[in-house]
Amino acid sequence: MATLDKSLSPQRVEQPKKHFWRWLNPYVYLIPAFLVMGVITYYPMIYQVWMSFTDYGIKNLRVNSQAPNFVGLSNYINILTNNLGLSYYNFWHMLSFNLFWTFSNVIIHVALGILIAVILNRQGLWFKGIYRAIYILPIVLPQIIVANIFRNMFDPDYGAINQGLAVLGKIFFSLGPNVFQIHWIDQINYPISGLPLTLSYFALLITNVWLGWPFMTIVASGALQSIPKDLYEAARMDGANEIQQFWRITLPLIRPAMVPAAVYGTVMTFNLFSLIYFLSGGGPLRQTEILITTAYRLINEQRLYGVAAAFCVYIFFILLVITLLLNSLTRATESYDV
Amino acid sequence: MSSVTKIPLSTRIRWVFQSRSSTGERGMTLGAQLLSQLLLLVVAATVLYPILWVVSMSFDPRDISRPTVLRLNPFQGGLSLKAYADVIKKPTANPVSLGQLMFNSFRLATLTGIASIIVGVFAAYAFSRLRFVGRRVLMIAVLTVLMLPSIATLPALFVLLNKIQISIGGTPFNLRNSLLGVGLAILSGSLPFAIWNMKGYLDTIPKELEEAAMIDGCTPNAAFLRVTLPLSTPVLAVTFFLGFMSTWTEFATSWLFLTNAKSFTLMMALYNMVGQYSNTTPWSHFAAMSVLIALPVTIIYLFVQRWFVGGLAIGGVKG
Repeated sequence: MATLDKSLSPQRVEQPKKHFWRWLNPYVYLIPAFLVMGVITYYPMIYQVWMSFTDYGIKNLRVNSQAPNFVGLSNYINILTNNLGLSYYNFWHMLSFNLFWTFSNVIIHVALGILIAVILNRQGLWFKGIYRAIYILPIVLPQIIVANIFRNMFDPDYGAINQGLAVLGKIFFSLGPNVFQIHWIDQINYPISGLPLTLSYFALLITNVWLGWPFMTIVASGALQSIPKDLYEAARMDGANEIQQFWRITLPLIRPAMVPAAVYGTVMTFNLFSLIYFLSGGGPLRQTEILITTAYRLINEQRLYGVAAAFCVYIFFILLVITLLLNSLTRATESYDV
Repeated sequence: MSSVTKIPLSTRIRWVFQSRSSTGERGMTLGAQLLSQLLLLVVAATVLYPILWVVSMSFDPRDISRPTVLRLNPFQGGLSLKAYADVIKKPTANPVSLGQLMFNSFRLATLTGIASIIVGVFAAYAFSRLRFVGRRVLMIAVLTVLMLPSIATLPALFVLLNKIQISIGGTPFNLRNSLLGVGLAILSGSLPFAIWNMKGYLDTIPKELEEAAMIDGCTPNAAFLRVTLPLSTPVLAVTFFLGFMSTWTEFATSWLFLTNAKSFTLMMALYNMVGQYSNTTPWSHFAAMSVLIALPVTIIYLFVQRWFVGGLAIGGVKG
């Protein structure tokens, strides 16, 4: 009790010194993290901006090598005007493909996720637990391993996709196995005429849909279970059928949960390095290359560190714009409630 | 980061434990039931197809380099562990055993995971509980890094870590070409994530608990160490595991940094088995390797999730 009394009647005399320590205390907590991040995160980020104005290359890597030359904005200009010496490199094609890739994926993920969640959460469904146990697998398995497995499955000669399609084709349409020698990854011409998307895009899309929908289903399931049942009863009494109930009750009420999930999915898909690098390798002819895989190639294959730094600065600002846009979108839907 | 991270935890619990349907007043008609079952079965088949393919391929007893017949049942035509034995002995053309690769990946993943929670938890607490000048600016500084994919800072990290070259007892040491350097590069991206993840959980621990401790005579710092920190063990474990899992399967940084086969990681070896030089690698080896890499983290994931759910029952987490 003695301590309690003390804390209830603070002694005015000690105040200034105590006040200083209390003011300092939060910063002491921050020291470890910001010391480490200052050295290995923020300093490299600032250094990278400096690098982006130089011609930093292999020649500058040795310990006592000379400093790289200052080249002004030429890295930035060369990236946008496709002057990097990379064959088939086109910044604007890549950026638009990257955006299309992101939105086509997220739309399918969300739509499929909600659809399956609605079916899965119907009352009286059999084997619900078994389905749930199976559907969590794409989330639990490491994504990069899945990318490798699908790369293997899309093999034109022995891959599981073509072999599986051959089995289905034989049963349902009595087609021979030769029909299904599909070159998923390296076919150059577009499978759908008029649509500038290679078959490797569809291979990537299939893989990423496999990976992506269960997350949306889990989020949607959580939201579905919190919708009061009497809303549906009221709707039924008013004569609404199941489809009307879905559009008028289910969808508006799970929207607050789905929008943040979709935003998260958008950012993740925009930067989906491992899948594209391992599955299509950006091919054929850089048709499925996205920003982040190109940045990695500039470092790892071209060894153009200065150019790569400038490229990463572009990535930073593009992501900043996307994040801010998506944030204002989320905020606009945040207030939406029953 | 893996896609596991952002599922609201309460949802994950519901997913695991509320699987039994609440016996509703209104069942489904038989037609609707059968149609739903058909759709869900097709979906389940597409989910299981790649997994069955790989597992069955890894047990293929025929010892051929490419599977010529579709085989999805691992028990069909006998089991053979030869692919596993080969992979454990020498997974790639490089003179390293699987044990060495696993040890490298394990060291890397454990140390970066532990470092990110030990260094990060204090900052997470400060952001969650304390009010100070510059809080907003520093939080934005953390979020900015969180927004960036780790590859976007690799050019500078590569160049800077490469500058640190010393010789220890005559043998040259290049920080860039070492697991320590890779670990530092990974930590630079995983630390902000760890801080943010732990802050989110600390926000949900009631402030009253600390206030009660302070009334009982704790200083604010002791209240953190004795009350809040023990209560946040679940999130420390989960943050460690998420860091572990992403580093265990990390590829881009280690592939760029490491050139010495002795310090290669599991994912680098797997890439050697599927990349452009892999025409001679039997697919059964690739399949066995995939299973060997994925199995530990998948099992730990399930274990951690259950344990975490137990811890959550006490505290309760914002969804």
